[in-house]
Amino acid sequence: MAFESLGEKLQQTFKKLKGHGKVSEKDIKEAMREIKMALLEADVNFKVVKSFENAVKEKALGSEVMESLTPGQQIIKIVRDELTALMGGENSKLTVSPKPPTVIMMVGLQGAGKTTTTGKLATYLKKQGKKPLLVACDVYRPAAVKQLEVVAGQCGAGFFSKPGSNKPVEIAKEAVKKCDLSIYDTVIIDTAGRLHIDEELMGELVAIKEAVEPDEILLVVDAMTGQDAVNVAESFNNQLDITGVVLAKMDSDTRGGAALSVRAVTGKPIKFAASGEKMDDLEQFYPDRMASRILGLGDVLSLIDRAEEAMDIKKAEELEKKLREASFNLNDFLDQMEQMKKMGPMENILGMLPGINTKALQGASIDEKQMERTAAIIKSMTKKERENSSIINASRKRRIAAGSGTDVKDVNVLLNNYENMKKMIKQMTGNKMMKKFGKKFPFGM
Amino acid sequence: MGLFDKLKQGLGKTRESIKGAVDSVFVAFNNIGEDLYEELEEALIFADLGAETAIALTNELRENVKTKRISEPEEAKKELYNIISEALSGDCSLNLSGKPAVIMVIGVNGVGKTTSIGKMTALLQSKGKKVILAAADTFRAAAIDQLAIWADRNNVTMIRHEEGSDPAAVVFDACAAAKSRNADVLICDTAGRLHNKKNLMQELEKIYRVIKRELPESSLEVLLALDATTGQNAVNQAEMFKETADITGIVLTKLDGTAKGGIVINIKKKLNIPVKFIGVGEGIEDLQEFDPEAFAKALLE
Repeated sequence: MAFESLGEKLQQTFKKLKGHGKVSEKDIKEAMREIKMALLEADVNFKVVKSFENAVKEKALGSEVMESLTPGQQIIKIVRDELTALMGGENSKLTVSPKPPTVIMMVGLQGAGKTTTTGKLATYLKKQGKKPLLVACDVYRPAAVKQLEVVAGQCGAGFFSKPGSNKPVEIAKEAVKKCDLSIYDTVIIDTAGRLHIDEELMGELVAIKEAVEPDEILLVVDAMTGQDAVNVAESFNNQLDITGVVLAKMDSDTRGGAALSVRAVTGKPIKFAASGEKMDDLEQFYPDRMASRILGLGDVLSLIDRAEEAMDIKKAEELEKKLREASFNLNDFLDQMEQMKKMGPMENILGMLPGINTKALQGASIDEKQMERTAAIIKSMTKKERENSSIINASRKRRIAAGSGTDVKDVNVLLNNYENMKKMIKQMTGNKMMKKFGKKFPFGM
Repeated sequence: MGLFDKLKQGLGKTRESIKGAVDSVFVAFNNIGEDLYEELEEALIFADLGAETAIALTNELRENVKTKRISEPEEAKKELYNIISEALSGDCSLNLSGKPAVIMVIGVNGVGKTTSIGKMTALLQSKGKKVILAAADTFRAAAIDQLAIWADRNNVTMIRHEEGSDPAAVVFDACAAAKSRNADVLICDTAGRLHNKKNLMQELEKIYRVIKRELPESSLEVLLALDATTGQNAVNQAEMFKETADITGIVLTKLDGTAKGGIVINIKKKLNIPVKFIGVGEGIEDLQEFDPEAFAKALLE
């Protein structure tokens, strides 16, 4: 996931600092050098790194740090605060027009991920009760209009195109003008990818902007972009006065320094982070959380957000009760897995937790297909078998394997895992008991 | 217009930005001092070579300046140009032996795989090759239609299945079709995928295996399409794609912007993967065979 490697690097630096007891000016200098290198390797623009370096240095070299009891923590805090400040301070929401429809315009380089992000944004808005209409203004790239039409179908949004027209300005104008407000309240205009130095095509975007007066102009930036991110963002912002940025392909292993660069040169907020192949893989961008993530503090808050959205509270309560009573059966096992699926890819979720090393995660990456197979196996069991797995004998296993298209071996693995989990749960609840009665048993266990 | 001019033109912006930075460095210092190296390092970092490589290259320059007794900044500049062009040199030609020869284009999402294939088809046809295309991006919406339009433009056959079908099956059919239709070159388009998605990389491996199995006698070029705007992550991309399919070359796309694509130097140094093509525009003729010397020259001249 983005930034983790940078976090690892900074953590290493601070480990050094922690080991020294008192921090000398030389230590800070060394730490700054490493932070600078890490930021550069993370693709943060060189100029941005310099100003960042100066800001942190100024604060870190103050006497406050020298006298502090935990200088390492102090520097972590300074670096984190500066990163947060650089990325925007706080999260900025989408503008909704008081007079519908709200018009959103998507712009960016070729291949940044505009069309996919348009679909994800529509899905996001639909979840909030909005009714989006997607407008196809990419008349240049082969099959781009078709792509948006398919995407609109996938996310259940409206679709507008003007077959035969090669005039994006007119298409956009007509879409907004003819937009049936009883059906739609938000118009998202997908434009063609273009180079920021292509005067003619940039002029076209300005013309669309003037024609439809959008409430939001979102620049879609590939999170893997290098030093050039500043040039791109600066050009688009200068010509269009964008309202925000969407970082796409955040699920790659890029360190994502482009986020810092783009924010620093445009002064515009990063509003969303897109990660994943599914239409609901769009999150609001939280600079404070991201800064914590940079420092390896994990993105626990983002995880909680997702969990809140996906987890059925009632089911969670039931599960908790079952855990406490240790009556956790295979039905619950299946339930739990499906809840997890709603929260998105396991790697994404685990990557957000603090203290999880992404490198270690890569080797042990969770196979979602495996999860599906597991679900199929449980679904091939009878009610009785799910409630009481001990009745599953060899012939039942063969039936279950045949029913789920797997091998008896797979069924065995699943049952083993389930038994292990049950044991783990018992231990967990057991520990709680031990803590409760800890004082009564001075020798422990 | 000759190839070199076209290349220079395409790289115009790239060259100007690096040249501008480098030139201003050389003008600013008339003696070779530490400041010069530091500024040079920055110029290279701006070109996306990354801090590590920038330092390594300037160190190399430092050594050469010493051993070769270079005293003028202008000569030091030439030396740096030599270092870079040397780092980029390698076998940049396509191996198209065996009939049909196979080219498979892979890469992350949105780097320009399909567009590059469209242009590559035109380039190979202009050399008298009979080309057949395989639409193995069955995942992204309308990706098959996109390649179909390129197939039409080039008037070549394209093998396709439905959206959502198994891409390995498409490639399997395409291998058979290429044999039976006596094609010279089979080019396989694949879906864009992030290199850190294990299941998608497994899918790619399967496609790779099918080609190896179905056309064991054919040469296979595995080309990694790389967006020139990509930063240091490009090395991760190359590394992880290489683990899946043995990459034989890079197509460096979108060099007509302001991005410098300097990361290919890192990839060449680290993984010894040469650049074979560069994309310098959206026109059908805007794909050029890579010439490391011309590239380095155009970059720093």
